[in-house]
Amino acid sequence: MSSASTAAALAESQPRLRGRDAVQQYIGKKMSGAEIFLHALEAEDARVVFGHPGGAVIHVYDEMARVKPNFQHVLVRHEQGGTHAAEGYAKATGQVGTVLVTSGPGATNTVTGIADAFMDSVPIVVFTGQVPMPLIGNDAFQETDTLGVTRSITKHNYLVRSPDDIPRIVHEAYHLARTGRPGPVVVDLPKDVLMAEGVFQFDEEIQMRGYSVPDDCDEIRLHRAVRMIEKSQRPLLYVGGGTINSNAAEVLTEFAHHTNIPVTTSLHGLGAFPEDDPLSLGMLGMHGMWWANQAVQHADLIIAVGARFDDRVTGMVDRWAPHAAIIHIEIDKSCISKNIYADLAFNADVKSVLEQLRPLVKPKKVKRWLNKIQDWRDECPLTYADDGELRPQYVLEKLRARSGGDAVVCTDVGQNQMWAAQYLKFTQPRTHITSGGLGTMGFSLPAALGAGFGLRAYGIDKTVISINGDGGFMMNAQELAVASAHGIPLKVVIMNNNFLGMVRQWQELFHENRFSHTDLTDTNPDFVQLARASRCAALRAERPDQVDDVIEKAWKINDRPVVMEFRVVKEEMVFPMVPAGKSSDEMITSRHAPETFV
Amino acid sequence: MNEEALTLTPQQLIRKRAAGEPVEPGAPPQAQQHIINVLVENSMGALIRVVNMFSARGFNLDSVTVGVTEDSTISRMCIVTRGNDRVISQIIRQLNRLVDTIAVYDVTGTDFVERELCMIKIRCTGEKRSEVLQINEIFRGRVVDVTPDILALEIVGPTKKVDAFVNLMRTHGIEEVARSGRVAMQRAPQPAGSEI
Ligand SMILES: Cc1ncc(C[n+]2csc(CCOP(=O)(O)OP(=O)(O)O)c2C)c(N)n1
Repeated sequence: MSSASTAAALAESQPRLRGRDAVQQYIGKKMSGAEIFLHALEAEDARVVFGHPGGAVIHVYDEMARVKPNFQHVLVRHEQGGTHAAEGYAKATGQVGTVLVTSGPGATNTVTGIADAFMDSVPIVVFTGQVPMPLIGNDAFQETDTLGVTRSITKHNYLVRSPDDIPRIVHEAYHLARTGRPGPVVVDLPKDVLMAEGVFQFDEEIQMRGYSVPDDCDEIRLHRAVRMIEKSQRPLLYVGGGTINSNAAEVLTEFAHHTNIPVTTSLHGLGAFPEDDPLSLGMLGMHGMWWANQAVQHADLIIAVGARFDDRVTGMVDRWAPHAAIIHIEIDKSCISKNIYADLAFNADVKSVLEQLRPLVKPKKVKRWLNKIQDWRDECPLTYADDGELRPQYVLEKLRARSGGDAVVCTDVGQNQMWAAQYLKFTQPRTHITSGGLGTMGFSLPAALGAGFGLRAYGIDKTVISINGDGGFMMNAQELAVASAHGIPLKVVIMNNNFLGMVRQWQELFHENRFSHTDLTDTNPDFVQLARASRCAALRAERPDQVDDVIEKAWKINDRPVVMEFRVVKEEMVFPMVPAGKSSDEMITSRHAPETFV
Repeated sequence: MNEEALTLTPQQLIRKRAAGEPVEPGAPPQAQQHIINVLVENSMGALIRVVNMFSARGFNLDSVTVGVTEDSTISRMCIVTRGNDRVISQIIRQLNRLVDTIAVYDVTGTDFVERELCMIKIRCTGEKRSEVLQINEIFRGRVVDVTPDILALEIVGPTKKVDAFVNLMRTHGIEEVARSGRVAMQRAPQPAGSEI
């Protein structure tokens, strides 16, 4: 069965009511806290729950078997995998991801994923079991102060004290996760609260006097923006992941086309603007395009859209974009003027600001500026050696050709992530999923798993590709078994350079070739065997001429995951590069030109 | 980095000024003390979140006071902190970002009254004792406890006054000092022409 018909079949086999309609029948009824919780999830239309049982949540699992709620529970094999899967689900579908784990180790295992979602503004809600209320603070078995541990890595967190509070708190949690700047919310559920009887109530209305979504977009600001844009001769749009969160990719594309302003994106902005568009400069920053960073350094106006001026984007802040006035459109006020002062700020939703601004701005005549950028493009293009060796960039170009830019790609962290960002040429929002802020190795595979479930739940027919280094793949390789158990046809790519490649690169460039603890040659498993043991198809290529064949075969397998191991050269490096802490105009462009290319 | 890189572009100057950073190379950073009032949900979690945010983000926290307001569901925190303009605006924004925060007011630079309460125990007898009582009189302090060799005093006033009082008492044998930290309140706007 193809993935398309599987998705269709699944959608059809679930004609049950969704959201509020699904729970109407329970309102006012008495039931256990655990059952109230299940219906509260149904009310939020949580379609997939990534979870792992344990003592503190055993009653929830028990009720799940009895009540058969309206969502699919996916048993992940490590709670970290569960949180990343929820992130992948959220990023691929734009919906809130859901995680359910037990207390103590179950909760602490989610911490990396929660921190990741916090840094990257991913809407997930993590439900953690907790020891019974009377035992809290007694060092009870599997007790962890989950609220304390997660306080600084969540948008908000809750301890539920009564079964009657569950629907309200669940509703608030999803609302907080989804609105404004999205982020993770933790809800801690003591076992006795889940066991106690309560009454199911559901109120759509949210009452949180301390929380509102800003909308600082007025006539005065709009007219100032228009004047700044009209005055500028070298304008540039710097687009971040907030644009995708705001579902503003289309509006942004129209804005750029209407105004003729070229577009560069951050790592998380990839996909917000089609990279095959003549106005696209691709990614900026540490491993961004040389011409994009040149454009930043010469621009006289930068319009930052849903972006936060991360240090991987700016390098040394004091020398970033020294001539540019800044207009910043950003939903999170704390990101405005945090790293770079904004001359004009819209603390509002990206989409609504761009929609209001576009009709006010006249198309710009910026031919000279675009020509200048073209010169930079020609001066220092993105290249790699074509010498018969198998190089990751080549593999990526082949993958891009096969998928046609229509696949959802989850990348891991390190060189593989940067090459994917450089070579895959993203053209659609929600097709590039990565761990940018936290840089979590082991993100890609579980995120791809979650994306696969998400696309299935919403009947979206897209291939999901997971790109990994050999190091990061091993950090959550257990989730392969989950993908195969559910027939999620992931295309899992391992760029095996037998090294912790990105660290190796820094060691070669900045630590005189002391490859301290980065060589994995003797410790890597046989990835093909590992994949087969997890009931996945597995293929391997060692030479460039085998790549097409491997990819073709992989694309024919649609009933289970397929792992493709590419044995790539270990010395390959990601260029260009702004060394950490340096200025954006000090890019290293090749191993042989370590004296910077200014 | 070469010499010319040190000369700033007009845009860089704008950014530095906006941040309250010194424009001259080598000039000392210009951190200022600010008093910020925060209204939060009256819950343990809310207070911890506010304090935690200061430590998680490396902001200064000179003093914090907390107490319930006229509305029993709302607590008022008075926070004394330091930083340049950029840091202070970050602090205010990060405070506002917390879901339990209802309102944030930087009272610095507005017309406000501030008070701190200080209790102080002094070991003194005989002649020294009347000297201590005299100073206490001058500062409009109150005697809250007496034993043959210990005097416990209480004074209320702006932090500067409390500082001066405690300093004066140092030579008189301080046993113990308990200070409340500051609370501050903006003055009500005065009707035109009136004065206190
Ligand atoms: C959990 C975690 N531990 C350590 C690091 C530091 N780190 C960043 S990249 C990298 C190397 C990754 O190697 P590999 O997964 O083989 O990918 P490659 O760079 O070779 O593509 C390391 C160790 C990290 N980002 N995340």
